[in-house]
Amino acid sequence: MLSKRNKEALFNPLSKDNPVLVQILGICSTLAVTAKLEPAIVMGISVIAVLAISNVVISLLRKTIPTSIRIIVQLVVVAALVIIVQQVLRAYAYDVSLQLSVFIGLIITNCILMGRLEAFALSNRPWPAFLDGIGNGLGYMIILVIVAFFRELLGSGTLLNYQVIPQWCYDHGYMNNGLMILPPMALITVGCIIWVHRSRNKDLQEK
Amino acid sequence: MENLNLFVKSIFIDNMVFAYFLGMCSYLAVSKNVKTAFGLGIAVTFMLVVTIPLNYILDKYVLQPGALAWLGDGYKDVDLSFLGLIMFIAVIASATQLVEMTVEKFAPALYNSLGIFLPLIAVNCAILGGALFMQQREFATCWTATVYGAGSGIGWLLAIVGLAAIREKIAYSNIPPALRGVGITFIITGLMGIAFMSFMGIKL
Repeated sequence: MLSKRNKEALFNPLSKDNPVLVQILGICSTLAVTAKLEPAIVMGISVIAVLAISNVVISLLRKTIPTSIRIIVQLVVVAALVIIVQQVLRAYAYDVSLQLSVFIGLIITNCILMGRLEAFALSNRPWPAFLDGIGNGLGYMIILVIVAFFRELLGSGTLLNYQVIPQWCYDHGYMNNGLMILPPMALITVGCIIWVHRSRNKDLQEK
Repeated sequence: MENLNLFVKSIFIDNMVFAYFLGMCSYLAVSKNVKTAFGLGIAVTFMLVVTIPLNYILDKYVLQPGALAWLGDGYKDVDLSFLGLIMFIAVIASATQLVEMTVEKFAPALYNSLGIFLPLIAVNCAILGGALFMQQREFATCWTATVYGAGSGIGWLLAIVGLAAIREKIAYSNIPPALRGVGITFIITGLMGIAFMSFMGIKL
């Protein structure tokens, strides 16, 4: 079940081979949905679901897909799954689906998906592919949650919409940093996370 | 006049990269030098101008609730809007193929300079994002949608060429080793984004 290789597929993407920090994939949505923690978590879960299932589907089909049309096949599989996720969100979490607006649809062109399908699912059996999907999805979600945590805490003083910074701080002149909510700060936050991550993992540094 | 406003707005205020982070992957990967960045920028603009009107027509006459009324009364209540994503991506993928073949046949010089970038564009989120924003904003005519596509594309081109120019210069600076490469690129993009935000208050 969990041989050494499978464990690597599951746990490597969490830090050493993180899809966002190291492979630089799926940046668009990482940045756009992280102004608050709640949409970031929903987005993370959606990506895990789509990535794991599409990895399995493509891995099952890997011997029957002609290489010349594989990109279209992958896109169709992913698009069908994303439509399901979108409809489920509209049914059960309508407010969040409004906040995420087009970014759920953009999971289709999330490079993590195409990257993992091409690099892993097309050449591996379904079970490792499933673990790889879960691992990469989790790696993506961790970064999403870290960025959203800092942006929501510093930008609005709340976490998951609960007031975290107490009122007396505001009475003594503490102010929310409005800049953190603006889109550019997401980029700078990710830049700083990469900085920290690479100073801890020296072998990832570029010359 | 309205279209001109939309054009300027989609270049500067609603810039694809700085306001919505669309097309970030290729934006970060292909911005090492100005020449290739320019090539990719042109390719993206071109594809946006081609696919947004196509998707607009598809959305208006096939996908929206009641859009199939032109087929006859029986189709009045058909709502295919849930198929939007799959149709858009199919249009984009096939348009990319078609454009690639046409360009290869009729303009080999252009093909050689764009060559590698064209197939990549099918999975560039800027293109699908453009189509989804077009759907969300409910433009009145096909022409307005085309103008929006052109504006967004030029905005993207501007952003990637700007970043590439800065990265060419920064190669000579002394950056902390852990920040070299991707890290500093993120921070530069963030700072460029803050600069672009100064356009935000402008009412057109």
